[in-house]
Amino acid sequence: MEAILQQFLNPAIAAKVFPYLLKGFGTTLLLSLLVVPLGLAGGLAVAVLPTLRRRWLSWLVIAYVDFFRAFPPLVLLLFIYFGAPFLGVNLPAILAVALGFLLNTSSYYGEIFRAGIESVPRGQWEAARSTGLSWRQTMAHVVVPQATRNVLPDLIGNTLEVVKLTTLASVVAIPELLNAARNAQALTYNPTPIVLAALIYLVALWPIVRLISRLEHKAVAVR
Amino acid sequence: MELDRLVFTFFNAEIAREYLPDIVKGFWITVKLGLAVIASGLALGLAAAMLRSFQVRAINLLIVVYADAFRALPPLMVIIILFFAFPYAGLPMSAFTATWLSLALVLGAFAEEIFWAGIISIPKGQSEAARSTGMNRWRTLVHVVLPQAVRLTIPPLTNRTIAITKGTALGSVVALSEILGAAHSAASLAGNPTPLTLGAIAYLLLFIPFVIFGRWVESRFAWRR
Repeated sequence: MEAILQQFLNPAIAAKVFPYLLKGFGTTLLLSLLVVPLGLAGGLAVAVLPTLRRRWLSWLVIAYVDFFRAFPPLVLLLFIYFGAPFLGVNLPAILAVALGFLLNTSSYYGEIFRAGIESVPRGQWEAARSTGLSWRQTMAHVVVPQATRNVLPDLIGNTLEVVKLTTLASVVAIPELLNAARNAQALTYNPTPIVLAALIYLVALWPIVRLISRLEHKAVAVR
Repeated sequence: MELDRLVFTFFNAEIAREYLPDIVKGFWITVKLGLAVIASGLALGLAAAMLRSFQVRAINLLIVVYADAFRALPPLMVIIILFFAFPYAGLPMSAFTATWLSLALVLGAFAEEIFWAGIISIPKGQSEAARSTGMNRWRTLVHVVLPQAVRLTIPPLTNRTIAITKGTALGSVVALSEILGAAHSAASLAGNPTPLTLGAIAYLLLFIPFVIFGRWVESRFAWRR
C-alpha cells in the first residue's frame, strides 16, 4: 500500500505540481465559460428555427444536428485545427476549439431545447399571441422560459458533458487541466500528476453528477 | 481557381488513393472497438442495475460510487490513466485495451443509471403481484420488471451509447490506429489534409445510420411524460 501510494500519489510530487494543476483547472473553467454559453446560444437558435415553419429550414436543421451528432468531436476539432492552415487561415487553437465546440454542442443543446419547446402546450402560444404579443415576444417571454424549465435536468446533464469534453482541448495544446497534468507527468517521470488531475475532476464534478441523479429520479417519480 | 485549390487540398484523388487502405484498416479497428465497448458496457450496466435492485446496502454503495465516479471523469482522462499510469503498477496494456476498458467502464456507469431509473419507474405493485404468484425475486426481476423497464430505457440508452461509442476516436491520443489515428498520421505523412477528409467521411458512414436509428427509436419508444 505504502509503495503504491509512493508511486501513484507521491506526496512530494503532488505538493510540487498541485499549484500548476490548479492553474490548469482554472483554464478548464475559463474554457467552459467560453464554450457552454456558445453552445447554449447555438442550441437555442437550432431549436427555435424550425418553429418558423419553413419546411426547407426544418430539414436543414435536422441535417445539421444529425451531421454533428454523428461526428466525433475530436475528429471535428482536429479537422478544423489542421485543415484551416491549408485554407490560408491561421486559426489559433482557442478559436478552433470554440468553433468545434459550437458546432458539436449546439446540436446536442438544440435537441434538448427542441424537446422543451415541444413540451409547451399549443394553448400557451395562442394565448400569448392573442394578447397582442409579437412572435418574438411570445418566444422570449412565454415559450422559452417554460421550455427551459421543463428540460432543466437534461440541460445540466449536457453541460456536464461539455465541461468533461474540454479535455479534448489538451490535444491542441491548450493548457487546461489534462494538458497540464500530462506535461507535469512528462517532467516528473511519475503518474502522480495525472492521478491528481483525475481527483480534481472527481471533486469538482461529483456534486453535479449527484444533482443530475436527484433531478432525474425526481422526474421519474413524477411520471 | 480557388475551388481548384480547395479540391486539391481537401479532396486530392491521388493522395486519397494512396492512403485509403490505411483508413480502411482504421475503420475496421473502430468497428471492432465500438462493438466491444457497446457489448461490454451495456452488459456491465445491466448487471450492475440488476444487482442494485436486490438492495444489499454494501453492494449498492459500491455501485453508486462506481457509477458516480465514471460519470464525473472525462473519458479521455480515464484512457490516459489506464494507458500511462497503470504500467507503473505493473499493468501495462495496449492502446486498444486501454481505450476499450475506459469506454466500457464509462458506458457501464451511464447505462447502470439509465437501467436503474427504468427499474424504479415500474410500479411496486407489479413486483408484489409477481411475488405473490410464487415467483422468486430473480424471476420477478427477469420476467416482469426488466421487460417493462428496458422498453423505457431504449431512447436515452441509444443516444448515450452513440455518444460514448464516438469516443473511440479518443484512442488516437494513445496512438491507436483507428480511423482518426490512421487519418492523422497519413495527413502528416502526406502533408495534405485529404486523409482527414477520408476519415471524416468514414465516421459519417459509420455513425449517421445510428443517429437516424436513434431518432426513429426516440419517436417509437418515447418516454411518455
